Amino acid sequence: MGALLEVSGLKVNFGHVEAVKGIDFVLNEGEITTLVGANGAGKSTTLLALSGLVPKAGGKVLFAGRDITRLAPHRIVHLGLSQVAEGRAILTRLTVRENLELGAYHRNDTDAIAADFEHVLGLFPRLRERLDGFAGNLSGGEQQMLAIARALMARPRILLLDEPSMGLAPLIVQEIFRIIRTINEAGLTIFLVEQNVRQALKIAHRAYVIETGEIVLKGTGEELLDHPRVLEAYLGV
Amino acid sequence: MLAQQLVNALSLGSVYALFALGFTLIFGVLGVINLAHGAVFMVGAYAALQAVVLAGLPIWAALIVAFLVSGLFGLVIDILVLSPLRKRHAPHLIPMIATIGVAIVLNSAVQGIFGADNLRFPPGVVPDEAIEAGGLHITAVEIGIILLTFAIMVLLLLGLRRTSIGKALRAVAESPKAAALLGIDVEGLLRKTSFLAAALGGAAGVMISLYSNAVYPLMGQPMLHKGIAVIILGGMGDIRGALIGGLFLGFAEVFAVAYIGSTMRDAVAFGLLFLILLVRPTGLFGKASERKA
Repeated sequence: MGALLEVSGLKVNFGHVEAVKGIDFVLNEGEITTLVGANGAGKSTTLLALSGLVPKAGGKVLFAGRDITRLAPHRIVHLGLSQVAEGRAILTRLTVRENLELGAYHRNDTDAIAADFEHVLGLFPRLRERLDGFAGNLSGGEQQMLAIARALMARPRILLLDEPSMGLAPLIVQEIFRIIRTINEAGLTIFLVEQNVRQALKIAHRAYVIETGEIVLKGTGEELLDHPRVLEAYLGV
Repeated sequence: MLAQQLVNALSLGSVYALFALGFTLIFGVLGVINLAHGAVFMVGAYAALQAVVLAGLPIWAALIVAFLVSGLFGLVIDILVLSPLRKRHAPHLIPMIATIGVAIVLNSAVQGIFGADNLRFPPGVVPDEAIEAGGLHITAVEIGIILLTFAIMVLLLLGLRRTSIGKALRAVAESPKAAALLGIDVEGLLRKTSFLAAALGGAAGVMISLYSNAVYPLMGQPMLHKGIAVIILGGMGDIRGALIGGLFLGFAEVFAVAYIGSTMRDAVAFGLLFLILLVRPTGLFGKASERKA
C-alpha cells in the first residue's frame, strides 16, 4: 500500500517561536499512523497546519500526489481530509442531527448521505437517542463520538484525530479506541495524534514521536512500544 | 385613540427591527459591532432617492436598488476593512473602531456629493391613500413597512433553521474553526453575511425615509444608537430578539409621546430598557455564555 499523504519539511511558526521545525512523515493508505508526544510538542499544530487552519512557514504536503500545501481549509476537506479537532469540536447550539448534516455539507449525493447517516448511527447507537437534542447537552464521551461521526459524514479518505481520548473516563477511552480500530478495518486511513501514548501505539501500524517540534523516533507501533526511549519518557517504565 | 397608537407603534417598531436585523446578524456571525451600519442605512436611502429622481423608477424598484447598493457597500467594507482585520486576528474592539472610520468616510462623501440638506422623495412616490376605519388611519407606507419587516424576519428565521446554508451560518457563528473543519467556506459565508446585513440596513433606510419623508447624511446616527439599544435588549446576535427589541422600542416611544409628552420620549424608552436589562442582563433572548472564538 502506498503513501496517501506525504509531508516533507513542514514548518510552523507562532510569532518568533518555531512550533514545528521541518518534519517529514507519510500516511500509508489503509493504515493507522500515530503522532505521539508530550503536551506542547507540536502535535496539534501539525494537524491544524495539515488542515490549513494555521499558516505553514515551509514544507510541502502531497495528498494522493496533489500539492495541497496552500489550499484553503474548506477545499482540503472537500478533497477528503477531515479533522476532528481537539476538545469540544462539536457545535453545541445545534442539534445532534444538524451537526451530522453539516458533516456532509459539501456533498450532493442525497441517497448516499442518508445511507452514511444510518451507518454512523450504527457505529454510535447512543447518538440515535439524542438526535434532536442540542449537542451541548451530550456527555463528554458522546460529544467525542458525535465529532467522529460528523467527520465520517464527509466520507473522508483520511481522518485526522486530535487527542480523541482527552478528558474522558478510561472506559469511554477504550470504546473510542475500539471504534477507531473498527473504522480503520473498514478501510479508512487514520492519523491519530495522542498523549495517551500506550493506547495509541497499541492500535497504530506506524508511529512517530515528536519532541519540541521535531520527530525524534519512528517505527511501527509495536517497535516503539518496546523502545527504551519511549518506555522511559512516555510509559513511565 | 389606543388603536391608532398601536398602529403607529407597530410601524415605528418595525423600522427599528428591520434596522436591528442586519446589525444583529453581523454581530452574531462576524462578532463585530458594526458602527457603519447607520451609514449603509443612509446610503440605502440616497440610492433609492436617486433611483426615483434620476431614473424615474417606481418605489418598489428603488427599494431593490437600495437593497443591492447597500449590500455592495457592505461587501466592499468587508473586503477592505473587516476581512484584513480577521486575518490578523484583531481583538473585537479593533473592527468596531474601524467601522467608526468607515461611517465617517461615508457620511462625509455623501455630504460632499449631495450636500447636507434634508432631501425628500417627490410627492406621489408612494400612494397617498390611507385606510380609514373606525377612526383608524393607516397609510400605505405603514402597511408596507410592517409587511416587509415581518416577511424578511420569517424568511430569515426559516432560512437559518431549515436550509443548509443557514445551518452553516449558525456553525460559523458558534465556531469559525469548527465550521472550517467541516468544509464550510467560512470567509465566503462571512462576505455573504456582510452583504445581506448591509442590504437589510439599506432597505430599512428607504422605509424610514419614506415614513418620516427625510433623507440627510447623518440620518443613520440616531438610528445607530437605537439599533444598539434594540440588539442589547433583544439579546446580542439573536434574530427574534431584534424583532421583539425593535417593537418594544417603537411601542415605548409612541406611548411615551402619547401619554407622557414628546419631550420625555427617549427618557421613557431608554429608562424602560434600562429596567429590563437590570432584570435580564443578557437581553430577552440572550444566552448566558458569550461566543468564545
